[in-house]
Amino acid sequence: MDFELLYGIVKIILIATTPLVFAGIGELVTEKSGVLNLGVEGMMLVGAVTAFVTLVITGNYILAFTFSILSGVIMSSLFAFLVLILMSNQIATGLALTIFGIGLSSMIGKNYIGTPIEGLSPWFFVIFSFVIVFFISYFFYKTKAGLILRAVGESHNSAHALGYGVLKIRFCSIIFGGAMCALAGSYMSICYAPMWQENMTAGRGWIALALVVFATWKPGRILIGAYIFGGVSILQMNFQAWGLSLPGQFFNMAPYLATLIVLVLISSNKLRVKLSAPASLTIPFFKGR
Amino acid sequence: MNKFIPIIISRPQSSNLMNVLVPVIAVILTLLTGSIIFSIMGFNPFFALHTFFISPISTSYGISELLVKATPLALIAIGLAFCFKNNIYNIGAEGQLTMGAIFGGGIGIYFYDTNAFWLLPLMILGGAIGGALWAMIPALLKTKFNTNEILTSLMLVYVALLILDYLVVGPWKDPLGYSFPKTRQFSESGRMPLLFAGLRVHFGLIITLVLIFFSWFIFSKTIFGFQLKVSGYSPTAARYAGFSQNILVYLAFGICGAFAGIAGLSEVSGPIGLLYRDISPNYGFTAIIVAFLGRLHPIGIIFASLIIALTYLGAEDAQLFMQIPAAVGFVFQGLILFYLLGADLLVNYKLEFNK
Amino acid sequence: MNNTFIKFNNITKKFPRVIANDDISFDIKKSSVHALLGENGAGKSTLVKVLYGLLASDHGTITFNDQELNISSPSEARNKGIGMVFQHFSLFESLTVRDNLILGIDKKISYSDLKNQLENISSKYNLPLDLDAPITSLSAGEKQRVEIVRILLQDPQLLIMDEPTSVLTPQEVENLFVTLNALVKEGRTILYITHKLEEVITLCNDVTIMRNGKVIDSCSTDNQTAKSLATKMLGEKLEDLKTDYSHIKNEISFSSKNISCSFNDPFFTDLKNISFDVNVGEIFGIAGVAGNGQSELMDILVGENTLIDSGELIFNNRNIEFLNPQKRRDLSMAFVPENRLGHSAVPELTLSENILLSQFPNNKFSKNGILNHNSIEDYAIKVIENFNVVTPGSDAKASSLSGGNLQKFVIGREISSKPKLLIISHPTWGIDAGAEHSIRESLIDLSKNGTSIIVLSQDLDELIEITHRIAVIFDGKLSKPINTNEVDIAKLGLLMGGKNE
Repeated sequence: MDFELLYGIVKIILIATTPLVFAGIGELVTEKSGVLNLGVEGMMLVGAVTAFVTLVITGNYILAFTFSILSGVIMSSLFAFLVLILMSNQIATGLALTIFGIGLSSMIGKNYIGTPIEGLSPWFFVIFSFVIVFFISYFFYKTKAGLILRAVGESHNSAHALGYGVLKIRFCSIIFGGAMCALAGSYMSICYAPMWQENMTAGRGWIALALVVFATWKPGRILIGAYIFGGVSILQMNFQAWGLSLPGQFFNMAPYLATLIVLVLISSNKLRVKLSAPASLTIPFFKGR
Repeated sequence: MNKFIPIIISRPQSSNLMNVLVPVIAVILTLLTGSIIFSIMGFNPFFALHTFFISPISTSYGISELLVKATPLALIAIGLAFCFKNNIYNIGAEGQLTMGAIFGGGIGIYFYDTNAFWLLPLMILGGAIGGALWAMIPALLKTKFNTNEILTSLMLVYVALLILDYLVVGPWKDPLGYSFPKTRQFSESGRMPLLFAGLRVHFGLIITLVLIFFSWFIFSKTIFGFQLKVSGYSPTAARYAGFSQNILVYLAFGICGAFAGIAGLSEVSGPIGLLYRDISPNYGFTAIIVAFLGRLHPIGIIFASLIIALTYLGAEDAQLFMQIPAAVGFVFQGLILFYLLGADLLVNYKLEFNK
Repeated sequence: MNNTFIKFNNITKKFPRVIANDDISFDIKKSSVHALLGENGAGKSTLVKVLYGLLASDHGTITFNDQELNISSPSEARNKGIGMVFQHFSLFESLTVRDNLILGIDKKISYSDLKNQLENISSKYNLPLDLDAPITSLSAGEKQRVEIVRILLQDPQLLIMDEPTSVLTPQEVENLFVTLNALVKEGRTILYITHKLEEVITLCNDVTIMRNGKVIDSCSTDNQTAKSLATKMLGEKLEDLKTDYSHIKNEISFSSKNISCSFNDPFFTDLKNISFDVNVGEIFGIAGVAGNGQSELMDILVGENTLIDSGELIFNNRNIEFLNPQKRRDLSMAFVPENRLGHSAVPELTLSENILLSQFPNNKFSKNGILNHNSIEDYAIKVIENFNVVTPGSDAKASSLSGGNLQKFVIGREISSKPKLLIISHPTWGIDAGAEHSIRESLIDLSKNGTSIIVLSQDLDELIEITHRIAVIFDGKLSKPINTNEVDIAKLGLLMGGKNE
């Protein structure tokens, strides 16, 4: 394989994997605080369409990203209100957020399908994705605030007994997750694609959720996992280009099947999952009686 | 403390009244929110709500269309109830529906020039088997490898859709269909009989009602139904009672997959008549909302399926008469579920204001 | 030494179904150990939760150091110099000892400072700790040490201890008392919550006795005996029970032969060669401090876990180690695990539905998988009536019953069909005195009618009251059984601490 081709492949893998890193690290922070948000796909789509539509209307990239992140904050606040204050079932509420996000994004974006925009260079975000993973890793293991966040996810009752504001900390973690998912979405519609299409995230939100399990809730491993998935998805395109004689649909299945296989490999070690998952994940916290 | 912020107090026993009332509250709140959104968009809210929720069902044709949409929703939702009651989050019904359509539809394509009474029953059986087999994959992964079914069942949706895509543009493509990605038409005896001449409502509705009755019987009269319930509330208690969790997982997934598969088959052999890419407007996902809104109860699911089916019809009309994208239907569905989950608080807790 | 440190003035706290604290007033002296004595449900925990800022009282005030205490959260309490060691440790299991300590400190602290302070505290109060160990790997006594150190780092004036010895071995209890005495010498005050009479006499200077939410007496311990305190705590004379061996048949009903089971999981205790026999009509007790393999053994005895490494369970000359719980019930075995809510009963289901959790061969609850609702209902009503379960009816949800009533219902369900063997874990854990008494009596009656019973319990008093023989489980190993009428508390204590002769 010549160097030129290899360089090209690495470049594409970096660009294609970045949204998985953003969404994965965002969801990881949310889950570390003890909340499972299955709304990743929905928040990514709303983030993507918000950024795209803002860009088409204003032509301003900074506004596009700002509004997109704001949309993620609003979507995740809605989720946070339901699961933290009203103590609704986290799994069902996350599903509702995804269904709502799919509908809302295709409604907003209906008239913008196929609108041409000038894409933004992805490299700033690619680098930023590494920085943010490093930052979160530092935050979790070297700062007291990070320790508190992990403690809340471990046992909200103990954290409450020590006087930490469980709901406040969880709220912030959920918002961070929402903002990162929206960033992942806006990166897709403005840098990666660059265009708007219904359901353009094509299951990446769900893959990001699987990444958190793969990473056994450790930030650094999100990068490893994301690049395995990114690699698989890009290589399948190349295999196709190299003319392997299988119908294209089977290559397109690769990322989903890879997710399945990885999930099976990780979770078959029951003890490892039990020891690394935040102990109060999906359990609602009720302060009163 | 602030006088206007209520305090949440847990009830010693969950309220049965609220259990029934909360879905109604959720629908009313969704309608209110809808009319506010429509007003902001510059429509007269009464006109908009009328267009959305009344005019689609003001003709017999409209009611028939409502039933056509409600049929797969109710059937999948009652299947999901088997899983959800057991706390199994199978969210891959869309994939199971697709596999049912492929298996059952495949039989229809193979016998495209055969007219025989056994064809439709055979296709229905094929649909059930296809859906059940597809649902067995996450069940197997859950019981053998402890793998979370939420993600596995969902990943399999994408795989199933790609398989369908491959079939309709590849081996099963209609040889006379030019380059359209679709298969041959099923023969007349491979189609769901229509219930009324000139209306699209079909025999699938009868199958759905029979299966809903069957499910009601299972849930309320049998040990199996009781086992599902106990295992859902408390796996530890189920183990203490000596119920086999693995068998319950297989059965719940299997039944749910079979129902979704029949729903998929009844779509392709009912209104559609052949296989192509977009056989389902997200029925498999929307049925999750129907199941929750119907409280996993057979009667509740019947009502919920009608309400949610109406959002599909309303969205089509809204696109036609108000130039609002039909995706607004999904927004309404999401809203209903939000309100339902939020108001669920009232079942187990009560609100008290400081005096 | 007679200066008042804390004064409770007419504290009242009402809950929807019970008045937990009814007009509570008493004083605590500075640098003393003050006992708060009472049974489960007497209102002790509620009162200290009010003191620690976890609950707000409806009426009344607390004076702390001559100032009115006005706090609404534990962190405010800590700022005022109040620390609390909870009965259920508020530790983070997967984090290390160091992380847990840092979390308990409000101010910023560098690692070296922490280490210095810690060494100081460790040596001064006899509290050694390994900073890098994860909490999961520690014993109950070590976990409690982490809790105490975490609180001492805050330099508290008042230390609240909630039933601190319930999970400790007698030897660990001695160590704890050394620590507590050292703290008091320095001028700190300890509020010591307990229901154990001996501890009050040995450790405490003063005692306040609570019963049914009221203060019965508040006095010095000098002129008190265990007996006088018991009378105040229970309010009625306890009748002396004598162990009666006359009805036991010389015929083995159940035996466990060399049961071993390894879990490869730090949350579980591996079982090693567990062997014992139970005769027909005998009550066999298994004592031990929590976390030494009781729940693991219970799972195997019930049949919830059939994945044992080796060994046999024999009931009525039949091997049953691979049968599931339902198959064992078919042979006339009955089970009452420790946890009521979510294990032996499902809180969300009605009492009638809960009947269905265990089906015995002689009740006809279903035919070909189809339920017979009438016979289930009849059985539920029979259990409610025969065992005095206080409930609006058989359609009430299990969650609406008090702990004692639900336990009576569960035990009633299990023994109404006259099983040949009953396996029961912590029969009276967390329930009121009245229910406790009636449950113990019904177990004794059952054994007199020929049922063999295996009781697992942490409560030595309970085991001595009802059993015929007692063995002790420690670190997954079971000691030789001792006849209850020859039992020596000191010896049991040593066995529970893992010291065999």
